[in-house]
Amino acid sequence: MRRTAGLWLLIGLAGYALLPWYMVAEGFWSFGWLAELGGEARSGLLWSLAARPWLWLPLAGFAVAGAALLAARDQLATARGLVAGGVLGLVLMAAQGLAILGNRTRFGLFEGETQPGMGAGALVVAAGLLFLLTTGISGLGRGRGDAFITGLVGAIVALVGIFVFYPMSFILIRAFELRDGAGLGLSEFLPRFLAPEIWSAACLTGLGNCGAAMNSLLLGLSTATGTTLLGLAFALIFTRTAFPAKRLLRVLTILPIITPPFVIGLVLILLFGRSGTITEFFSDAFGWEKTRWLYGFWGVWLAQMLSFTPIAFLVLIGVVEGVSPSMEEASQTLDANRWQTFRYISLPLMRPGLANAFLLGFIESVADFGNPLVLGGNFNVLSTEIYFAIVGTVADPAKAAILSMILLSLTLGAFVAQRTWLGRKNYATVTGKADSGQHAALNPGLRWTCYLVALPWAAFTLVLYVLIVFGSFVKLWGYDHTITLEHYKRAFGIVVRNGVHFTGAAWDSYFTTLTIAAIAAPLTAAVGLATAYLLVRQKFAGKDAFEFSTMLSFAIPGTVIGVAYVMAFNFPPIELTGTGLILIVVFIFRNMPVGVRGGIAAMSQLDKSLDEASITLGANSATTLRRVILPLMGPAILAALTYSFVRAITSVSAVIFLVSARYNMATSFIVGRVENGEYGIAIAYAAVLIVTMLAAILALQLVIGRRTLRRADRLEAH
Amino acid sequence: MKGSVRFENVTKRFGEVVALKPLSLDIAPGTLCTLLGPSGCGKTTTLRLIAGLESASEGRILIGGQDVTHLSATYRRVSMVFQSYALFPHMTVLENVGYGLAVKGTPKAEVRDRAEAGLDLVGLKGFGARLPSELSGGQQQRVAVARAIVLEPEVLLLDEPLSNLDAKLRRHVREEIRQIQQRLGLTAVYVTHDQEEAMAVSDRIIVMKNAEIAQEGTPEDLYDRPASAFIADFIGDANVIPVEVAKAGPEAEIRLLDRTYALPLAWPATGPAQLVLRPHQLRLSRDAGDGMLPAEVSYAAWLGNSVQYTLTTPAGSLFAIASPQSEGFRKGDSLHVAFRATDARLVPAASGR
Repeated sequence: MRRTAGLWLLIGLAGYALLPWYMVAEGFWSFGWLAELGGEARSGLLWSLAARPWLWLPLAGFAVAGAALLAARDQLATARGLVAGGVLGLVLMAAQGLAILGNRTRFGLFEGETQPGMGAGALVVAAGLLFLLTTGISGLGRGRGDAFITGLVGAIVALVGIFVFYPMSFILIRAFELRDGAGLGLSEFLPRFLAPEIWSAACLTGLGNCGAAMNSLLLGLSTATGTTLLGLAFALIFTRTAFPAKRLLRVLTILPIITPPFVIGLVLILLFGRSGTITEFFSDAFGWEKTRWLYGFWGVWLAQMLSFTPIAFLVLIGVVEGVSPSMEEASQTLDANRWQTFRYISLPLMRPGLANAFLLGFIESVADFGNPLVLGGNFNVLSTEIYFAIVGTVADPAKAAILSMILLSLTLGAFVAQRTWLGRKNYATVTGKADSGQHAALNPGLRWTCYLVALPWAAFTLVLYVLIVFGSFVKLWGYDHTITLEHYKRAFGIVVRNGVHFTGAAWDSYFTTLTIAAIAAPLTAAVGLATAYLLVRQKFAGKDAFEFSTMLSFAIPGTVIGVAYVMAFNFPPIELTGTGLILIVVFIFRNMPVGVRGGIAAMSQLDKSLDEASITLGANSATTLRRVILPLMGPAILAALTYSFVRAITSVSAVIFLVSARYNMATSFIVGRVENGEYGIAIAYAAVLIVTMLAAILALQLVIGRRTLRRADRLEAH
Repeated sequence: MKGSVRFENVTKRFGEVVALKPLSLDIAPGTLCTLLGPSGCGKTTTLRLIAGLESASEGRILIGGQDVTHLSATYRRVSMVFQSYALFPHMTVLENVGYGLAVKGTPKAEVRDRAEAGLDLVGLKGFGARLPSELSGGQQQRVAVARAIVLEPEVLLLDEPLSNLDAKLRRHVREEIRQIQQRLGLTAVYVTHDQEEAMAVSDRIIVMKNAEIAQEGTPEDLYDRPASAFIADFIGDANVIPVEVAKAGPEAEIRLLDRTYALPLAWPATGPAQLVLRPHQLRLSRDAGDGMLPAEVSYAAWLGNSVQYTLTTPAGSLFAIASPQSEGFRKGDSLHVAFRATDARLVPAASGR
């Protein structure tokens, strides 16, 4: 413990004395600040000596911890001193940061003083204090006395606290803020929260438009119902029939993951919009009136069904396969026919899984931003209303905050329902014991129902994707179907004259997107898997709360996170807007729950006694993680990497608030083109993104393949 | 003392659940001590407390005279053979055996030599380059043992090491483990729920029940002088019959169904007690005699080397084992049961009735 603590003390002090305390304008990694060390890029120590005496405060924490390390008699006293020092330093540091917010001060302290956002020096100091604290906690015998474990817990708690809870608190505060800075209260909040423009159910009785919250709710329920039923039909075909093209169905599950937002909506417009191909066809052939039915509930619903059915399919494959074949065999030996077996045995056993798919579909639907933005028309839903409250002609952050809270309560409600209600009612029949036997086949009636429902849908989906490619090569869809490369030229043009020039309009955002996704992916995987490791393998106080808070960001819609980040990180103490860092951070915490889930699933399959064997053989937790667990988790790591990379490329809802001129992302570039009506270039860009992501997935698959091959080689050699 | 294990009032709670009531025990260096008991009795918890895989809620744990209560498993000189063997599937057999040495920073050549010596000791010389998945269950088991002993631990822990082997192999492997333990003079703590296995390998057995020690002693002690009906039934089968002690003292007298038996054993108090009779100690005959119980055969099974009977008697159902050479009985036969006073044991009456 002493050695670890001493090391962190030195690191923290070095950060305090040497690194620039505040954020430097041109970015840390440019190292331009080296020339400014006596000026704006002064270290915490130099600033304290110069004009900002409050920066002495963090030093108090190091002083206490150092005294404990040097003077304390026994281990317990040292540990207590470290905890006290760490807590003191962190609290004082947070206090000065929250008291002097850029150009204004609060709490009547340091009036007239200013300071910019914290930078590298502050980060290292905070890390030093945090790990002094966690090392001290391990010295008190917590976490089996393992400083690595307590440090890991501390780091993740701190990160989730700063990048999930801290920004979300801004939404709460904004929503309850009274006019003219008169503090917090309900008098402004309640009338706006309960306003009929949000909750009206007039559309149900045919007397006008519904409120945004009611629209979101109705849309969520309809989409969830539809995707669950369709997903079940697909899952039954996939697992219980001799359908010949199952691999093709599998492809269907990957598609939505690699589909940039808006694309489905765009293709639907080009088919069913007022001048869409199919609309034109029916109008010409049967004289049907061209309507704008697509722009509204039905269009958004159709687009969401196309986007989210594969997710339900993916979930339900696991559920349907999870029903133990021996139960179905038992039912059949008791003389039940196939329909009875399905109706009375398999279906009831799938019920929790179906509910799970339903809730997932609901969360995805109400959080969806891209489809309502493109197809919504006058059909307002919460996620788009939040966006317009921030970027609209009249910016109204308070309204955005209130709408965010409503949206958040919808998703959180579903999330909590999923965890509490389904957690207790799990009929999972997979025990880890080898369960041989065959799943019962479907009876013909059910089989044909599934085929009739699912196969046309699958064909429709595939046609849409073919049309994406087609659409990117025609001059102007619906009017001029000349094959052209014009869209690609405009977006991805390259001129070779005195070197290669990327003249296309999209290159900038394309490279930014790939760079940021490539940086975010390994970090996301690392945070997610580290969390999974703690959840599966370690015991510590507050583990349930820890698990809940790490999974929470799954239930926070992207738009809400985006608004929260804009509100929280636009000014000191943590000023990140306009940097690439904020995009990386938002991806890490948006996608982390998936890494956690994947990690939990993979780690649960590793026998716990493997780690215990390593530990009892004298390896510490860090060595065990590195030499035993990580090598055995190869596929899970690569899956997490792929997924977070791809998600970072296709994400739009949070990103759209956080992009800047310098760091523009592909999806927000596409939004811009869609808003200008340049559908061709938008679709061309989307097609390039799909190809990019497919290439990335295949490359990673190849790596996985090679890994298993190497194992086989070794088997052959002996 | 190097290799001794000592618990001083150690308890373990998981939240509200008490996994171990205050427990004190001493394990002498160089002996093999078995923790025996039904599942959920706390024996595995005790083993994991010695290993440092669980931390004690209260009390002190000493290994080799040194207080290790707050020492993490990494730094305890203890190694463990796991029920699932826990061989690292991505490492070769040699890498597995050398792992503990390698993570301590031992020079590569030495790791190799000592790992090979370890494999040699368990009779797996030349298997070092294979992956664990290429070995049979019994071989994997021996690799796990080799991996644990190359570290020259003060205490070797074995958690149900034979439960994944088939019945025939089990007897062979347990002999090997016992021989290695004796040859190296290791202190070993062995967890099992199989009483026969425990009797076969142990110097000493600690029987646990409901998170505490029920009785401890040598295998002979436990079989011959059970302290409770639970021990009597758990260590070898036993018929446990409620009786009244009519006369206490060095030569107790009991009453069973209006009959009085004088037993050559001491008993402290009169009142209810339980009589313990081993199944093979019951004598069956067609003729009635003094002190014999009338019985009817309700089930008979011929097992080749013995015949097993379930008998219905006025004192309850009895289980008897007879030699196949003795007179055979059939289901429904009436007969009489006798026992020798020297075979009889008394244990306290079942509490709570």
